[in-house]
Amino acid sequence: MPWDRNQMAARAAQELQDGWYVNLGIGIPTLVANYIPEGVEVTLQSENGMLGMGPFPFEGEEDADLINAGKQTITELPHTAYFDSAQSFAMIRGGKIAMAILGAMEVAENGDLANWMIPGKLVKGMGGAMDLVAGVGRVVVVMDHTNKHGESKVLKACTLPLTGKSVVDRIISNLGVLDVVEGGLKIVELADGVTEEELRAATEATIVD
Amino acid sequence: MPRVAHTDPEGERMKKIYGSAAEALDGLLFDGMFIAAGGFGLCGIPELLLDAIKDAGTKDLTFASNNAGVDEFGIGILLQTKQVKKMISSYVGENAEFMRQYLSGELELEFNPQGTLAERMRAGGAGIPGFYTKTGVGTVIAEGKEHKDFNGQTYILEEGIFADLAIVKAWKADTTGNLIFRKTARNFNVPAATCGKICVAEVEEIVPAGTLDPDAIHLPGIYVHRIIEGAHEKRIEQRTTRKKESA
Repeated sequence: MPWDRNQMAARAAQELQDGWYVNLGIGIPTLVANYIPEGVEVTLQSENGMLGMGPFPFEGEEDADLINAGKQTITELPHTAYFDSAQSFAMIRGGKIAMAILGAMEVAENGDLANWMIPGKLVKGMGGAMDLVAGVGRVVVVMDHTNKHGESKVLKACTLPLTGKSVVDRIISNLGVLDVVEGGLKIVELADGVTEEELRAATEATIVD
Repeated sequence: MPRVAHTDPEGERMKKIYGSAAEALDGLLFDGMFIAAGGFGLCGIPELLLDAIKDAGTKDLTFASNNAGVDEFGIGILLQTKQVKKMISSYVGENAEFMRQYLSGELELEFNPQGTLAERMRAGGAGIPGFYTKTGVGTVIAEGKEHKDFNGQTYILEEGIFADLAIVKAWKADTTGNLIFRKTARNFNVPAATCGKICVAEVEEIVPAGTLDPDAIHLPGIYVHRIIEGAHEKRIEQRTTRKKESA
C-alpha cells in the first residue's frame, strides 16, 4: 500500500532535526507539524511574519490578528516572535531557515520544481514559494508520485512553469523517498508494500544507483 | 482645509491626527495613482481607508498589495467598482471578481514573489532603486530582467517601489505617528508604509505621545504623515479551531 497523506507527512517529519527553524507549506506539509518526533524541537516559521507557530486556537479564541500563511487562525507559543514581511523574507532569502517542506505539481530529475501555475487554468500566484525554494537551506517536497490519470509527476524535465530551478533536495511521495543527485534521482526508501519496480514504473525521471 | 501634517511652519508639535478616513485622504487622491497597501489576506488591511477610497471614486489605481482581498472586503470592494487598473501581488486567490476582470483583460496583474514584493517596498522606502535576488532565477519572473553573477551564483535585478501613497493599518499610534502592530497583522504594513511619498495609517487606538514604550515602537512616526482612529471589523478568512477535549 502506498503511503496516504498522513503517512507522507509523518515520513516528512523524520527529516526534522532538533533546533531547526522550518517553513511548512500549505496542504500535506502543514500536517507534518502533527508528527514532529519526540525530543525534536523545531520552530515553525510562517512567512506572513511569525516564528514559533502554535496549533489552531480553541473555539471562541480565534484572533483575527493571528493567522498563518494559509490565512488560518492559529496560536502563539512561549517563544513566538512576530515581524514584518520584509524581515520574514530576509530570514528566508538569507538562508536562516534550515528547511522548507512544500507541495509539488511536478519535480524534475535536476531538482526543478513546479508548484504554482498551470497555464490556461486559474492562476492564483506563487505567494512565497519562489522565495522559499531560492533561499532556504534544504527543500523537501511532499507529493503524489502520479496524477489522477496515472502519469508520472516525477519527470526528466518539468512541463509546467517553474517555481525554482535545481532547488529540490529530496522528494517524499506516496511511493517512497528519492534524493536529487548527480545524474538523476536516487531511491532512498520505498513506502511500505511498494516494490522498487512499482516506483520505477511510476517515475519518468532517470533513476541512478 | 486639511492640516499639512509633516511640515508645520509654526514649528509647533506635529499634528497628524485626522477625524475620518475621508479627511485623512483629502488632497492625496488622483486618478491613475500608485498606492502601496499593507495587509496579508484580510489580516491587517487598511479597511477604513479602502472604504474611503471607494467613496472618493478615484480611478485607474495601481496597487502594490500582497493580496487583492475577497469580493466584498479589502481591495475587493474597489474591484467591484472597477477603480483598479493594475495589481502588483503575490497571491490573488479567493476573489471571483478579480479573476473575472483579469481573464477578460480589464485588469492588469503583475505577479511578484512575496519576498520580492516586500523587499521592493522596503528598498523603495530606504531610497534603494534596485537590488539583486536569487528569487525567481530560471522562472518566468526573471524574463527580461538583468542577470548578474555574484560568487558563482546568479541573481536578478528587482526594482524598489516608490508609491504615491501608502495606506496601512496598525494597532496603536501615538499622537506623533509612532506605530505598534499586533501579532501577524504587522506583515506588509511596515514595508508598505515606508515606500509611499505620503503614508496614512488607520489604527484601533491613538494614545498620547509618551505612553508607548520607545523601545517597542515597530515603525517610527517619521514614516507616518496622517493618522485616523476607528473601529475595525477585522474579518477572519479561514476560521480554524481545535476542540477543547483534544487538547
